[in-house]
Amino acid sequence: MVTLLLPEISIFLLAVIFLFISIKKNKSETSLSFAKFVSIIPFVISIFCVSGRGLLFSGAYSIDLFSQLFKVMLAFGFCVVVFMLENTDDIEREYVAEYFMFLAFSVLGLMMLVSSVELISIVIALEVSSYSLYVVVPLRKGHSKMQWEAAIKYLFFGAISTGVMLYGMSFIYAACRSTFLADIVLTFPTLVGHPLGIVALIMTLSGFFFKLSLFPFHFWAPDIYEGASNVTTTFIATIPKIAGAALLIRFTMIAPSFYMQFVNILVILAALSMTFGNIVGLVQKDVKRLLAYSGIAHAGYLLMGVLALTRDGNAAAVYYIAIYLLMNLACLYVVVLLANKGENVELDDLMGLSRRAPVLALTLAVAAFSLAGIPPTGGFTGKLFLFTSAFKQGHLTLVIIGAVNTVISIFYYLNLVRMSYSKEAPPNNSNPIKLTFNQKMVCYVLVFMILYMGILPKSIFGLFKAAL
Amino acid sequence: MDQILIMNHLDFPILSTTIFLPLVGACLLLFLRNDTVIKVTASVTGLINFVISLLLYVDFNVATHLFQFGEMKAWIPAYNINYALGIDGITIFLILLTTFLTPLCVLSAWSAIQTRVKEFMFCILMMESAMIGVFCALDFILFYVFWEAMLIPMYLLIAVWGGPRKDYASIKFFIYTLFGSVFLLVAIIALYLNNQTFSIPAAMSGNYSFTFQFWVFLAFALAFAIKVPMFPFHTWLPAAHTEAPTVGSVFLASVLLKMGTYGFLRFCLPVTPQASVYFAPLMIVLSVIGIIYGGLVCLSQTDMKKMIAYSSVAHMGFATLGIFAFTLFGFEGALLQMLNHGVTTGGLFLCVGIIYERTHSREIFDNAGLGKIMPVYTGLFGLFAISGFAFPGTNNFVGELYILLGTFLQHKVAGFFAVVGAILAAAYMLRLLKQIVWGREDKRIIPDMNAREIIYLVPLAVFVIWMGLFPRPFVLTVEKTLMHLSSQLQTYLH
Repeated sequence: MVTLLLPEISIFLLAVIFLFISIKKNKSETSLSFAKFVSIIPFVISIFCVSGRGLLFSGAYSIDLFSQLFKVMLAFGFCVVVFMLENTDDIEREYVAEYFMFLAFSVLGLMMLVSSVELISIVIALEVSSYSLYVVVPLRKGHSKMQWEAAIKYLFFGAISTGVMLYGMSFIYAACRSTFLADIVLTFPTLVGHPLGIVALIMTLSGFFFKLSLFPFHFWAPDIYEGASNVTTTFIATIPKIAGAALLIRFTMIAPSFYMQFVNILVILAALSMTFGNIVGLVQKDVKRLLAYSGIAHAGYLLMGVLALTRDGNAAAVYYIAIYLLMNLACLYVVVLLANKGENVELDDLMGLSRRAPVLALTLAVAAFSLAGIPPTGGFTGKLFLFTSAFKQGHLTLVIIGAVNTVISIFYYLNLVRMSYSKEAPPNNSNPIKLTFNQKMVCYVLVFMILYMGILPKSIFGLFKAAL
Repeated sequence: MDQILIMNHLDFPILSTTIFLPLVGACLLLFLRNDTVIKVTASVTGLINFVISLLLYVDFNVATHLFQFGEMKAWIPAYNINYALGIDGITIFLILLTTFLTPLCVLSAWSAIQTRVKEFMFCILMMESAMIGVFCALDFILFYVFWEAMLIPMYLLIAVWGGPRKDYASIKFFIYTLFGSVFLLVAIIALYLNNQTFSIPAAMSGNYSFTFQFWVFLAFALAFAIKVPMFPFHTWLPAAHTEAPTVGSVFLASVLLKMGTYGFLRFCLPVTPQASVYFAPLMIVLSVIGIIYGGLVCLSQTDMKKMIAYSSVAHMGFATLGIFAFTLFGFEGALLQMLNHGVTTGGLFLCVGIIYERTHSREIFDNAGLGKIMPVYTGLFGLFAISGFAFPGTNNFVGELYILLGTFLQHKVAGFFAVVGAILAAAYMLRLLKQIVWGREDKRIIPDMNAREIIYLVPLAVFVIWMGLFPRPFVLTVEKTLMHLSSQLQTYLH
């Protein structure tokens, strides 16, 4: 049992180590470099544990390829986020150890979430991950009010979504007399035929939709992205979304595909989310807000794979969330490095980036083209899989809406490239940005991964498909 | 994939080599620091690739319509996507045109591009890779990847090294093209769901209902018509052309536009023959409007680059007219026109680039009266200009003659209007020529062309005359493929 839980245990120990550092008197740079070093360990361990299989805690906790792959992604994302916090003035120095502790606890919660196959444990895992984030959001240097507003909003919306989700789950329990997904599957077909069943399902899913910032559960995202520090935003924008997607996929896998009402609701949500995210994204000036709306749109794309309710569709969705992790990490990494005092980055601040820091401009360009879905990046391949699986189930209209959305979104993604390549920097903001070797390496790794997933998706897609 | 004839006497994957050699060269550039070394490396890469691509012509079997030099490897087996390459009569000259123009473009940018030389050459070589890839791909996804990947370097060429309104032009270009392309993607997915494979030869031999063909044709045609560009989808073109640096304009006019007509020949006609026949009248009307409209707009232009850009609308109108006339003559003419337009317009844009480097103006009036000052220049310019209005003995004459013959066989009225368009072309080209050569008398001192400029223009000039006087080898090479295509369509015509 212990060997099966190694990823969780390693991240838990990591959090405990940070706890001890945080109560030490003279905590300083050493804790930071220590953190960076040890954050690789859970990532390595979770890679080695990919082959683990088993059911724990009377069947409430499932260790399978699906959950283990997601744990690798979570650990990778955590690792990159920790590496980001180098030479930046994002967080108050004295809180750095606590900051890492909360992030580690949050990842622990998310790791538990992807393995949970029982309603109560899902809720507990979700809350473990969320509570840490509520604390982390206001830990920001400089901005005096914005982060408090963000934190309060996040807390309130999070609490409401949990409440709605619990309410939905109570309906499911009432109908199925069990909280185990394995039991629910059996009685589900009769439940979904009933309107109340659909309501229960949608209410339950809304908790995950909230994590994914899918329309209309999206409204927290832009404010929190803007208000939280750059590194925190990176975390919130990527890692909980992975777990949210995992849970959504697990949950819809049990829904039988022949209940059109359920699928129709998902189709409408997907179409609205894409369109709303992209259209509002057009007018954003703040890069983090822009990425928040882009995230809303991408949640819609992701849903296209999920609502196909097929194995291919789910594999496509998993592939897309993996590539989404990389693209967003890349974009936000550029933001973090560009804002050396931890301030927010406006589109205009990107001007002349290709001269100030060619590596950053390249990273941003690759990530933006990938977000827009231009080949040969991973964003294109992922979208191709999603479109194909949705089309296969006859959702032609949705595919066309998705296609049109791709065109709309190109306006603002191209803006990121346009600002950094074709505009000259204003004189007061034209100093070259010096990057350390580590920072350059992170950029190169992200660029390489985005292109790799675009050009050679075979092995990774095969792995994801095998996991479902 | 049984349609691919593996007929590769050469022991190496020659198509992959021509596609990826420029990319390898581009990556090599990243490690270089000296600008001159970068330029030399880029031109040598382009030249080697041209020599290698000549092997395609040497080894090409003119007796068959099947795909040759085939290569195939599984790429994404889960979706039956393959890395499949092959060429036939339609593509061979388009590939040669690309490899032929690339080293010339590098030479032409030698002194014109002073900033960020490395990135510029990187973009050129990346473009070359993607363009050749488009013409070689026999798998829809591979095709689409190359088709879209080409947008990125082209966008950067305009956005970074372009003129004062580069921002507007580059975005307009990108969005317009992408808009068409996403519908292309939807059509590709629709074909996949029908055939369970993304293979292009499989799609060409498929049997589809008329309704299915109707929608697939529309999606295809939208993407290709934007690329050609056909009237009324042409508005991105003048902006992109005028703002792009010379090399960008050359690539745009010479190769990128050909991808649209290539798409019609390769996809619309064989995959959706019934719908193609159904939509042919519409396409012919749009082509004729393009020809006349392009000609009329050219008459009123004062900017040389803009004029040549609009003349492209007219010339490509001839190409689409030839395609949708559905006669062997029309097809051959269209293909020759694609090749000829690539060379002639490329030459004209390079000429404009040469004069712009000297006078920093593209206005016809500012550059008038160069006959005495720059005799060599005006000589070559004159050759490209008369080729531009299809003067007998030059390359365009052959192409337009074939197209007009093909059109008159089927649609006499359309043929009549096309002839009017040809007369308009003579009017605006002669007006341009007259102004540039004899426009006004003055005592400006502008250096005539230097050796480097002569080196990159003369090959184009030689081609103009060669094709004009002796088109037989070209026609012979493409004939079998086009005969097959035209016989395929005959069943649906009557």
